[in-house]
Amino acid sequence: MDVQRLNPGLSPDGAAAAHSLPRATGNRRIAAGLLAVVVGSLLFVSVQPRLYRAFCEWSGLYDIDRAEQLATSLIPARPVTLEFDANSHDNGLRFRPETASLAVKTGEIVNVMYRVENTRDVTVIGQAVPSYGPQHAGGYVKKLECFCFKQQTFAPHEVRDMPVVFVLDKKLPDDVNTVTLSYTFFEVPAGSVKSSAAPAESRM
Amino acid sequence: MQATQAAGHAGHHDDAGHGHGPTGLMRWITTTNHKDIGTMYLWFSFVMFLVGGAMSLIIRAELLSPGLQYVSPEFYNQMLTLHALIMVFGAIMPAFVGFANWMIPLMIGAPDMAFARMNNWSFWLLPPAAILLTSSIFVPGGAAGTGWTMYPPLSVQMGMGMDMAIFAIHILGMSSIMGSINIITTILNMRAPGMTLMKMPLFCWTWLVTAFLLIASMPILAGAVTMLLTDRHFGTSFFSAAGGGDPVLFQHIFWFFGHPEVYIIALPAFGVVSHVIPAFSRKHLFGYTSMVYAIAAIGLISFFVWAHHMYVTGIPLTGQLYFMYATMLIAVPTGVKVFNWVTTMWRGSLSFETPMLFALGFLVLFTIGGLTGLVLAMTAVDIQLQDTYYVVAHFHYVMVAGALFSAYAGLYFWLPKWTGHMYNETLGKLHFWLSMIFFNITFFPQHFLGLAGMPRRIPDYAQQFADFNMISSIGSFGFGISQLLVLVVVFKAIKGGPKAAARPWEGARGLEWTVPSPAPHHTFEEPPVFDPAEAHA
Repeated sequence: MDVQRLNPGLSPDGAAAAHSLPRATGNRRIAAGLLAVVVGSLLFVSVQPRLYRAFCEWSGLYDIDRAEQLATSLIPARPVTLEFDANSHDNGLRFRPETASLAVKTGEIVNVMYRVENTRDVTVIGQAVPSYGPQHAGGYVKKLECFCFKQQTFAPHEVRDMPVVFVLDKKLPDDVNTVTLSYTFFEVPAGSVKSSAAPAESRM
Repeated sequence: MQATQAAGHAGHHDDAGHGHGPTGLMRWITTTNHKDIGTMYLWFSFVMFLVGGAMSLIIRAELLSPGLQYVSPEFYNQMLTLHALIMVFGAIMPAFVGFANWMIPLMIGAPDMAFARMNNWSFWLLPPAAILLTSSIFVPGGAAGTGWTMYPPLSVQMGMGMDMAIFAIHILGMSSIMGSINIITTILNMRAPGMTLMKMPLFCWTWLVTAFLLIASMPILAGAVTMLLTDRHFGTSFFSAAGGGDPVLFQHIFWFFGHPEVYIIALPAFGVVSHVIPAFSRKHLFGYTSMVYAIAAIGLISFFVWAHHMYVTGIPLTGQLYFMYATMLIAVPTGVKVFNWVTTMWRGSLSFETPMLFALGFLVLFTIGGLTGLVLAMTAVDIQLQDTYYVVAHFHYVMVAGALFSAYAGLYFWLPKWTGHMYNETLGKLHFWLSMIFFNITFFPQHFLGLAGMPRRIPDYAQQFADFNMISSIGSFGFGISQLLVLVVVFKAIKGGPKAAARPWEGARGLEWTVPSPAPHHTFEEPPVFDPAEAHA
């Protein structure tokens, strides 16, 4: 339309050799077609998660754990006792596991909850840091999800249950029959609060 | 020919009657004139180029010697992320959109872009996006520090700077899509009578394909970052393994956009060079038809090679082999283009003004970058070189020496048409030689660093990399400072200098040279008759 305003004298015939449509109509028609491409592209990307999953299941590709699975499938699962422990550093956070101990098998997904209560009248920002007993068992605790991956903010007197989900690797050395998972909640001093917490722990 | 000259002059006289639009700042905010908008795009991109360049100098200052000297690792990460995002989306892309706005209507004999008001909006979306992106440095947690690829899980954990980057990308994407719709429509529907698609200047051809790549790929990026956003704030798990998602999915979607993006940047650069080399060889472009098909082939194949950025994600051997061969296939049409440029010069009557120097610099350095690209395409080699400085050297050879040098070639080539004055040739040549020398001092040693195993995106490095890093940093300071010369050249040309003729380069062909210099505010209000002598082939 702008074009027509700029070219009151332009006749469709004058430009007939290069294109057959009058400019304004032609422009709008082409733009509508191009907009359809944009919409198509948006639709295409919006179905990607579903397509990707379907493709992976259908083809069996991208199964990056396969080599690992082949290696570990030969190792039989065995029973292990898990013990859970929690400490807080005098920061007004009452912190304890909801399960004290658990009998599990290696290779199975374990889901346990920890409860935190902020006993103070102020907001507390903290981060849990794990340790393991025996220490070298830490490398065999493969965490899928953990509250310790991120800094946590607790409103005054808030009580919150937080999960840790992990798998005990089948390659756990034979002499380890009990694994203790212990978390300590440290308060993050105000001023050094980072929202981009990416501690070493998040690497599992 | 004479008729078109007359038409151009008539347009100029007519212009005097149009002098009652808004003046001052409002003139620029409300303008729908393709030349004004092109100028704004070019200035915007130059400002962003300086901002992104300053960030790269912070990076190189930190890397001048081993250890941590000036910035924290977090800030270093933010700098390298913003440097990349600003240079790609804020500097190089708007620069070529600026060229497109200025030159495409002039090249095809159209009075303006097809949707002039939308054109205004495409430009004015850019400054808010740029402000959003750069100001994210100052929010708590700082800017996104993920690298421009924004891979989860890190990008899910970042602070609000990441959200600002995501929104900036949304806005930039909208701007690019609108600009592309405008460019395609203009090229398809507003050519002068007699200018068939296969007689169209190559810069228009490269932009036609680029614009199609943009409208197909920008929505993909928008979708990817939107999924990141919902993963961050709305509890979805597209990319989180704990919730059943897959972080590798993000890489697939990102690179399905990201690889065409590489050619979105490179193709218009090819277009500019395809104008400059014939003009200063005083010959027709060799192999016009094969050039057009090569552009289309590159554009098409670029959608089918994305996973060559992902060889180390554990994709199966069949996938690695396919993506390796498909990537190498791109070298064929690209090789056709390099061959044609060289053959255009063969037995030509060459002269070496600044635009030609930059085009030749492009040709040599882009070919080096293309060759290292072929090296990286090989899966077995790439697994070794993934995320090393070899990759950094490779893409700076194609991005800086490819896109930026070509943009400079175009700037010096068309500056007389824009300002009406010849630029200072001595300063232009000085600018070229300083750029050429310092560019290579900066980036050539990075090949060696990469081969020796220095990882990218890390502010510290082992002692054995110290010497090459110091050379590279010194080169980058020289390169940065010598880019200020172009500002001097442009200001001098705006203020005065020898009058430029309508066709300041005797070997140049095309309708843009039939209008006077400087090009009047309104041109080709009556479609010109296209003279086949002005055709590129």
